[in-house]
Amino acid sequence: MQQNKLFVTFSPHERDDLKTDKIMLYVVYALIPAMGVSIYYFGFYAIRTYLLTIIFTLFFEAAFQKISKRKITLHDNSALVTAILLAMNLPPSSPWWLILVGSFIAIIVGKQVFGGLGQNPFNPALVARVFLLISWPAQMTNWIKPVPITQKFMIDAVSVATPLGQSKTEVLTYGKIVSSEIANVSNLFLGNVGGSLGEISAIAIILGGLFLLYKRIISWHIPVSFIVAFLVIVVPYWLFTPEKTLNPVIHLFSGGLMLGAFFMATDMVTSPVTKKGQIIFGIGCGILTAVIRLFGGYPEGVSFAILIMNAFVPLIDYYLRPKSFGEVTSA
Amino acid sequence: MPYFGFKGGIHPKYNKEKTSGKQIEKFNLNVGDEVVIPLIQHIGAPAEAVVKKKETVKRGQLIGKSKGFVSSNIHSSVTGEVVNIENAPHPIMGSVPSVRIKVTEIDDDFVPIDEVSKFQDKVLAAGIVGLGGATFPSHVKLSPPKKIDYLIINGAECEPYLTCDHRLMVEKTAEILKGAKLIQSELEIEKLIIGIEKNKPDAISAFESLKGEYDFELIPLEVKYPQGGEKQLIKATVNRVVPEGKLPLEVGVIVHNVGTCLAVYEACEMRKPLLERVVTITGAVKEPKNLLVPIGVPVGKLIEACGGPLGNIKKIVMGGPMMGFALFNLDTPVMKGTSGIIVYRDTDLPDLSMNNCIRCGRCVEACPMGLVPAIMEQFSVNEMYERLSEWHVLNCIECGCCSYVCPSRRPLVGYFKTAKREIMNMMRQKKDAAK
Repeated sequence: MQQNKLFVTFSPHERDDLKTDKIMLYVVYALIPAMGVSIYYFGFYAIRTYLLTIIFTLFFEAAFQKISKRKITLHDNSALVTAILLAMNLPPSSPWWLILVGSFIAIIVGKQVFGGLGQNPFNPALVARVFLLISWPAQMTNWIKPVPITQKFMIDAVSVATPLGQSKTEVLTYGKIVSSEIANVSNLFLGNVGGSLGEISAIAIILGGLFLLYKRIISWHIPVSFIVAFLVIVVPYWLFTPEKTLNPVIHLFSGGLMLGAFFMATDMVTSPVTKKGQIIFGIGCGILTAVIRLFGGYPEGVSFAILIMNAFVPLIDYYLRPKSFGEVTSA
Repeated sequence: MPYFGFKGGIHPKYNKEKTSGKQIEKFNLNVGDEVVIPLIQHIGAPAEAVVKKKETVKRGQLIGKSKGFVSSNIHSSVTGEVVNIENAPHPIMGSVPSVRIKVTEIDDDFVPIDEVSKFQDKVLAAGIVGLGGATFPSHVKLSPPKKIDYLIINGAECEPYLTCDHRLMVEKTAEILKGAKLIQSELEIEKLIIGIEKNKPDAISAFESLKGEYDFELIPLEVKYPQGGEKQLIKATVNRVVPEGKLPLEVGVIVHNVGTCLAVYEACEMRKPLLERVVTITGAVKEPKNLLVPIGVPVGKLIEACGGPLGNIKKIVMGGPMMGFALFNLDTPVMKGTSGIIVYRDTDLPDLSMNNCIRCGRCVEACPMGLVPAIMEQFSVNEMYERLSEWHVLNCIECGCCSYVCPSRRPLVGYFKTAKREIMNMMRQKKDAAK
């Protein structure tokens, strides 16, 4: 028997199979239905946007790591997840330079300057989205009309409004909603509406979210507390002033709410580590989203809400230390 | 009583089927073989050697005498001649003073322990320590300063691979019960509870069949690691929470491993000292086995007794895969706390390449002690021991659940083990300075 070559490590000597790269890959799988729907409705525009974001994002990640002489970690798939989420937060018709700047902001400013994977306080895709939204509001709200790929691959970019955008404009202009039919729930559900690539189909996002819940990549705490808190504010407001805001069901399935609740707020790196913390985080996201949508100047508030709550995560983590087993409260 | 369960924990692959059906075999030494018996095989002060070089010793003869209250006796496991008193490899302490004995005669008899009347003294004389792996001297545990109302026999054996307790429960059911009953009556404990994980149905039915003869309660436990952790077992069976930093007797409970009960029975009824134990040898060996091994046999010999390794050995673990220690050396002897030897080839080992923490919170969910490893790790890396102490790192039972589930392969429990040692040292220094 050979000697002296024994491998000595701390216990435990066996590990769970699930590694970081696989967790990230599961997130990618979960995004496939939503990607499919966006490609179905936006054809060439969607494919182009996904491809460009993936190429730019992976390039920036590798280039930064190369220049700063760190290990290149494309294999952990986290940049891929950021790429797809960023693409889903962009309008289908985004020009290439917008995608380039967005990818740069997401990877370099949103992630690498903090030390890379796991070190960033804010969700990189949302940092990029908000940066672009503030810098290029016109390009970032240029929505095109969805046309099924079965009818036309290279669709003509006919501009449309999103339900949230239109209702916000009407409320700001006339003090109330004037159009009788702004949105159709089944269209919102299936994805036949204008909007960012990833927010058009609620059903596809929910399917992906359920897959992540089933695989135990995420837990129910953030999505459920997010959605419930959101409804707790929106439902009474709508009941008392139905002319000033959309039906809560439309609210739920439009904008980035589902994408935010299942994929953005649940980003592990930028959300609390304890279940109690996650519920508080979700409630914060829900309330802020509702308040921004109902009382703010922007029609949509999910990105801002999540980013603001990201800032509170260290505080939540610190002050919500769970009680240790057998811990005596006061001696 | 119902099963109350406990928070946290994990479900590792159990891999017990290799040995769970295999009857305990006796490991036989030959004349001329050597055993190395460490003088410290327990938590507490080392025993003092009471034999000299060239001296002839009988099987069962006292060779190391307990020094201090928290200490234990050591007996010779063979009949032979003391070759030397030297240092033997030890998985945690590097090397420890030990007695090397060359076998001169194969002997099944043993020198009985001294005739003493007090129960605790018999346990001490026989050198019994907790055989679950923690090796706390049993006579200390059996001298509780207050009234105990539950004696819990720990048959959880939640560590993957290990089946030594399982086999004992199937093959030595009555003896274990007799030992438990002895403890119960000596300490006047009201109730006897036996907890066995449900993945050992044959052990459960073995005990069930003796229900008529003995009065005890059997609680089948959900299979979950670390069910066999003392505090977890107490919570799961009698729903009591041991306060942090306190012993189970604080809540009126004493927990003993099944092997310890058997040893107590043999010491009291047969006057037999603790000189051998059952060890599961498994993993990458040709024929995995449960062997009854004399204390002091080098690990390498056991692997040979199991037909040798399957392929190239890369790692050898003494104990279970979750809490056991990787050995530096195949000459490391079997000790009282050695429940298993697990042999790994390169291909059996997990990929340990480390990534950044992604704060997934799996460790928080897995921790059976309600700690927050993900955040404590940062304090640990930055040596912020005061902070770690505030986050109750001393409550860590080192079960390894956090490291096991970590997708980024952070050596979390390793950090906490180191931190705990540092904090204990700091506390000791403070105490010394105050004197």
